Amino acid sequence: MISAQLPALQVILPMFAAPIAILLRRGKLAWMLALVVTWIAFAISLVLLFQVLDDGPIQYFFGGWAPPWGIEYRIDALNAFVLVIIGAIGAAVLLFAGPSVEKEIREGHQHLFYALVMLLLAGLFGIAITGDAFNVFVFLEIASLASYALIAMGKDRRALTAAFQYLILGTVGATFFLIGVGLLYAMTGTLNMADMAERIHEIHDSRAVLTAFAFLTVGIALKAAVFPMHYWLPGAYAYAPSVVSALLAGTATKVAVYLLLRFIMIFGADFAYVALPLGATLAVLAAIGILVASSSAILQNDAKRLLAFSSVAHLGYIVLGVGLGNDAGVTGGILHMFNHALAKGAVFLAMGAVMLQIGATHINKLKGLGAVMPWTMAGFTVAGLSLIGVPLTAGFVSKWYIVTAAIDRGWWPLAVVMVVSSILAVFYIWRIIDAVYFSPPGANTENVKEAPVIMLAPLWALAGASVYFGIDSSFPASVAGKAAAIVLAQMP
Amino acid sequence: MAFLGTYNYWIFITLMMIGLYIVIVRGNLVKKIIGLNIFQSSVFLFFISVGKVSDGTAPIILHDGGEAIYSNPLPHVLILTAIVVAVSTSALALALIVRIHESYGTLQEELIHEAERAP
Repeated sequence: MISAQLPALQVILPMFAAPIAILLRRGKLAWMLALVVTWIAFAISLVLLFQVLDDGPIQYFFGGWAPPWGIEYRIDALNAFVLVIIGAIGAAVLLFAGPSVEKEIREGHQHLFYALVMLLLAGLFGIAITGDAFNVFVFLEIASLASYALIAMGKDRRALTAAFQYLILGTVGATFFLIGVGLLYAMTGTLNMADMAERIHEIHDSRAVLTAFAFLTVGIALKAAVFPMHYWLPGAYAYAPSVVSALLAGTATKVAVYLLLRFIMIFGADFAYVALPLGATLAVLAAIGILVASSSAILQNDAKRLLAFSSVAHLGYIVLGVGLGNDAGVTGGILHMFNHALAKGAVFLAMGAVMLQIGATHINKLKGLGAVMPWTMAGFTVAGLSLIGVPLTAGFVSKWYIVTAAIDRGWWPLAVVMVVSSILAVFYIWRIIDAVYFSPPGANTENVKEAPVIMLAPLWALAGASVYFGIDSSFPASVAGKAAAIVLAQMP
Repeated sequence: MAFLGTYNYWIFITLMMIGLYIVIVRGNLVKKIIGLNIFQSSVFLFFISVGKVSDGTAPIILHDGGEAIYSNPLPHVLILTAIVVAVSTSALALALIVRIHESYGTLQEELIHEAERAP
């Protein structure tokens, strides 16, 4: 009964929680509602994933209207995996959110903050789950508008300009996406992605289809912050409230990469990789982006900004994997979406705990924190190792996939880029570790206490998962493999 | 004459370029938003053009049950949604602009950047 409605509930629950959170008017109540809803959504995403793995793709017709008249939700291994990533990060971050939001957001704004977080999650779930191209645009804008407002709630006034910049670039990206969808609709006469994929094969040579592909790719790349379109990301992540940084870093750009994969699937991998040089273009841009962003990360003096640049670099890994266009590469890219979400979520949560206790994340202010906040910093270190890609952490597994894929393709320089950037990652993670453990404590770390357990638990859950899936990666790797097979189905 | 036959698409492309140009070049944040609006409106025109069928009429069943060529109503419906999205985006952007003006005292991009660089 109810299990048949799970795909709809996945999106509707957080969406309806948003107005209710506003009506509750009290920050604490809104938090509890958001927490319960997010955990239910996480549970739903897990159930959907296992259903898909057991019985194959799920189709859900909204309101009982079959496509092409109605909107179809269609879940296969690829988007079920993305739903779980959003659900897991959302569940961890919202557990953490209570004390952090109380400190960072003004009293009268807290319930509105949770309403926006719910809208953001509804939008992200919606992008991932829907099988209708125009529906994607609507959810994309729901998620984007919520995230612009959330970023602007940061305390620093630079949060405002960062949010504005993101708004401009995000809207240009989304409108490009809309142009692409319009051209595809004009050419195929359908908005349903599955129907589109069927009809598009006969008209591959059409110039309108080429143009649609170009607009879609550039629009999505803007949203995914693919180098050199990453300009909005560091500011947005650095000045947003801690909870928002952790949530966005774990989910928003990953969902954009998912869209890229979905449209590669719709156009057919043979079209994207063989007829067009999408793979080589993405791989080269990603490689440059990885090196530039990793080097910039080393030069940052604010820990959150440093981690934001590291996010750009890691997106580079994911896009590089996608660009390689072979089985191991795409599998590695999808797997890295998951592994990076865990690790980056954990380090941003650690920074949120630091923000709660000392009110700043400048590296100079972190000195000696290892002694007074041992659990937070140990969690940061574990997740940091996964970001570097040390063996026995999840980051190593996905990087290994991508490096082998690069070697298989014969693109040796890309494998070298991966190794060099891992060394750069050692440097930037080390800058924080050095301040935390090996510097004499500053005056501001006296009387600082460890963060509350409710914040440490999600931090350690994510950091622990990074280690667990580093030792036994068979489950996420098998799902990622299935997802990659869907993307590359048309590959000759 | 093929050029004139597709004149609405040429208008779409011209408006789109004007809008993007304003977004990129203008330093005033309000002007940027106006540019963004022109850019978005051009895409609306594009969608509406796509829905037009030559000699087509509004998609309402004729009284006498006769046959007619109908225009495609779907793009119009899509664009209604997109207009709502564009309005919300503008509203949010203008709200941000008010807050930016409150804390920086200016709406010129260069002056804001200068203020940010200053310690």
